[in-house]
Amino acid sequence: MATASDKIQRLVDKEYEYGFVTPIEQEVFPCGLNEEIVRMISAKKNEPEWLTEWRLKAYRYWAELERAGAEPRWANVTYPPIDYQAIRYYAAPKQKKRPRSLDEVDPQLRATYEKLGIPLREQEMLAGVAVDAVFDSVSVATTFKEKLAQLGIIFCSFSEAVQEHPELVRKWLGSVVPYTDNFFAALNSAVFSDGSFVYVPKGVRCPMELSTYFRINAAQTGQFERTLIIADEGSYVSYLEGCTAPMRDENQLHAAVVELIALDDATIKYSTIQNWYPGDEEGKGGIYNFVTKRGKCLGRNSKISWTQVETGSAITWKYPSCILIGDNSVGEFYSVAITNNYQQADTGTKMIHIGKNTRSTIISKGISAGHGQNTYRGLVKITRSADYARNYSQCDSLLLGDQCGAHTFPYIDVQNPTAQMEHEATTSKISEDQLFYCQQRGISAEDAVSMIVNGFCREVIRELPMEFAVEAQKLLGISLEGAVG
Amino acid sequence: MSGAAVNAPEAQNIFLSNFERLAERRSGKDPSWLRAIRQSAIERFAQLGFPHARMEEWRFTSVAPITKIPFQLAEREDQTVTIDQIRPLMFGEPEGQRLVFVNGHFCPEFSQLSSIPQGMIVTGLEQALERYPDRLESHLARYADIEQQAFAALNTAFIADGAFVYIPPGVVVEAPLHLLFLSTAPGPPLVSHPRNVIIVEPNSRVSIVEDYASVNESPCFTNPVTEVVVKENASIDHYRLVRESLQAFHIATQHTHQGRDARYLSYSLALGGALVRNDIRVVLDGEGSECILNGFYLVKDRQHVDHHTRIDHVTPHSNSREFYKGILDERGRGVFNGRIVVHPGAQKISAHQENKNLLLSKQALVNTNPQLEIHADDVKCSHGATIGQLDADALFYLRTRGIDLEAARQILIYAFARDLISRIEIAPVRTEVERALGAKLPDAPAAESAPIN
Repeated sequence: MATASDKIQRLVDKEYEYGFVTPIEQEVFPCGLNEEIVRMISAKKNEPEWLTEWRLKAYRYWAELERAGAEPRWANVTYPPIDYQAIRYYAAPKQKKRPRSLDEVDPQLRATYEKLGIPLREQEMLAGVAVDAVFDSVSVATTFKEKLAQLGIIFCSFSEAVQEHPELVRKWLGSVVPYTDNFFAALNSAVFSDGSFVYVPKGVRCPMELSTYFRINAAQTGQFERTLIIADEGSYVSYLEGCTAPMRDENQLHAAVVELIALDDATIKYSTIQNWYPGDEEGKGGIYNFVTKRGKCLGRNSKISWTQVETGSAITWKYPSCILIGDNSVGEFYSVAITNNYQQADTGTKMIHIGKNTRSTIISKGISAGHGQNTYRGLVKITRSADYARNYSQCDSLLLGDQCGAHTFPYIDVQNPTAQMEHEATTSKISEDQLFYCQQRGISAEDAVSMIVNGFCREVIRELPMEFAVEAQKLLGISLEGAVG
Repeated sequence: MSGAAVNAPEAQNIFLSNFERLAERRSGKDPSWLRAIRQSAIERFAQLGFPHARMEEWRFTSVAPITKIPFQLAEREDQTVTIDQIRPLMFGEPEGQRLVFVNGHFCPEFSQLSSIPQGMIVTGLEQALERYPDRLESHLARYADIEQQAFAALNTAFIADGAFVYIPPGVVVEAPLHLLFLSTAPGPPLVSHPRNVIIVEPNSRVSIVEDYASVNESPCFTNPVTEVVVKENASIDHYRLVRESLQAFHIATQHTHQGRDARYLSYSLALGGALVRNDIRVVLDGEGSECILNGFYLVKDRQHVDHHTRIDHVTPHSNSREFYKGILDERGRGVFNGRIVVHPGAQKISAHQENKNLLLSKQALVNTNPQLEIHADDVKCSHGATIGQLDADALFYLRTRGIDLEAARQILIYAFARDLISRIEIAPVRTEVERALGAKLPDAPAAESAPIN
């Protein structure tokens, strides 16, 4: 075990790989938040009147909450109070105009994405993944647009969607996460700057993975993106997002909102690999990742599947949820959350069963190392109308080291006697028997720990699209370097 | 519900004025340490007020019905119970040991204590305060958390009577001890705050049945607090039976503190009451200590039964097992919240928890929140929860064998509860639970089941 502990120690020392800053000319707004800033953001985006009004309503609601001190405090995380007036709410790389093609994108920016392993051009060449790259507050490039447009699929930045498809945006924006939903959703609704927009028309199966890469670059900025995905009847789309940020000693705020809408027979698969800067070994710096993600299975036989690998962020506060309204609709949640050093994660899901024969599955794997605190918090609600609803939940936690913590808080609320609901949770450290068995077969302690951790997460990793599964495994390795290899 | 409706601050005032009456009456009698405890508890209650649904611990249980009735403090003189009313509630053991309390006041005339071992003390708390104040001082009100729990604070402010059980070192008490708490309020609605202290010294063993029942169907509020201390290598089987009427409110707090190698078995059996809340907390503060918490709730009509359990593993090498089962019918509502906390440095812990619920009607509702909070790494902890209805295949199978639907349902309901009920070691308690289950299921095979030993 001594070697394994050494490895665990070494993982703690591993540095964050994506911590560089791109020296790029930026256009930034002054720090602070008021109605003027909200109007400025809206004007910058040349938004229609109704959207400006919507933002202002959200801002006023948020300001009221802030005055009342209603910032949520129930999560199992601790952090000093955030000064919302010390944050910059808009930062964008200076570009003369919206680039027509990739060639027009600032080479500096392209280099940044290549450094991150997201070579925009290469991916366009190899018919692989369509990427929308978001740099601080704005989307810098979207690949494969034309090819997708031939099928009627709209995949563009949120600002573009507001200009070109206002009817769709207006119809669905805030329909899943209204601005009154919670403190951070209200903040996001007021100041969101960009994000991705996807619309898949009736009966279309999106031929490639759609992907957004989020990058925070500027200092003192918060990133507030908004993603809206609508899958019309009988369609299918798989969407991935990844994120990184530079290493800084101050904490940066990321408060995103993601809304998914699945109509009859539609399927949305949403995968996240979250690798925001987690702070250093002493827990200094890092991103506060306070995100509201929710999907609505509006139509019959619709399906929404969330998969997340959470390795980054100083604090994660995130509950991708499904509201199962349509009969026979399906919600899924697969999650791996890793906390190391002084990271804190309070994550889980909500499955709200409303329609008949709705089913949901929750598989959550938490790994804590160092001084990490990892909490699963989830809700399964089966309402009176949800006849024959079915839920299966499993939450497992693995503890590496004796300073970390793993907590499980599932809420189960069943109001229908025809429902079947099962919940299981376990917490343990790596079994000495398993380690011994592996070592006895000539596998080093390090490889054995790696194998066992990978096996522990396998149920979730295999839900990821192939390209991401590879990245996720690599990330597991980086986050737990030495213990996992 | 009878009585004029009052709102929560007013209800709080009623309790505060009750307190003044009590403090005045007991001013000369109480030792000074108790007066201080009492005073700080009422001040804390005045600050806390009644819990409301915005509080995490009370999300699913509203105490509003309690605050709507102007409960008066039950006095000893209020009791009008006769032995004939009590007899059906006794466990029929002629030689058994029994303490009877009416509205929280000890009634020696109905109690029976034959042949208790040398050195063992079983008496009412009021007497104990006069006769054994030193023994009580180090334990009474030292465990229950009055800082957070408003009802424990309320009870502490009103400490007057209850049961005091003291088992000296190295004594095995063979016969179970039956503590029967009766509530009755033929006149205006009454509240009682029984306070029980159970101390088991090293190497001793005892079985206790703490039993709450009603004599008549009238609104009353019972707010007991029980503190149990299990010392080194001692063992206690503690059964808690709530079978009050459907007009009764029951909010109980229980705190158990275990020493090295101590063993604690708890059974919480909730069969009656309109609103029942049991807060059960066990602190495993000694290596090799072990606790088993079992519970069964049978909820129907408009009953609301809430169990909040919390097990604290403070020292290494301690084990806990928890197993709760519930059957919910009609408009019944069940809440289960089980928290296991493994403190930093408490290695080599094994803690397992399970909660299973059977929903029988469309209006029944259950909330279950098993929680693990782990701050050590060398542990094995798990929890599981299920909610379901009767298995359609099993029902079909029984019907193919010529058993009608209703009987088949009853067999399956009985089978669901049986593994838990059959582990109850005290025969009269087991019979009582089976009777309650049978009352729901007129033809349940209760008679031929579970041999009574």
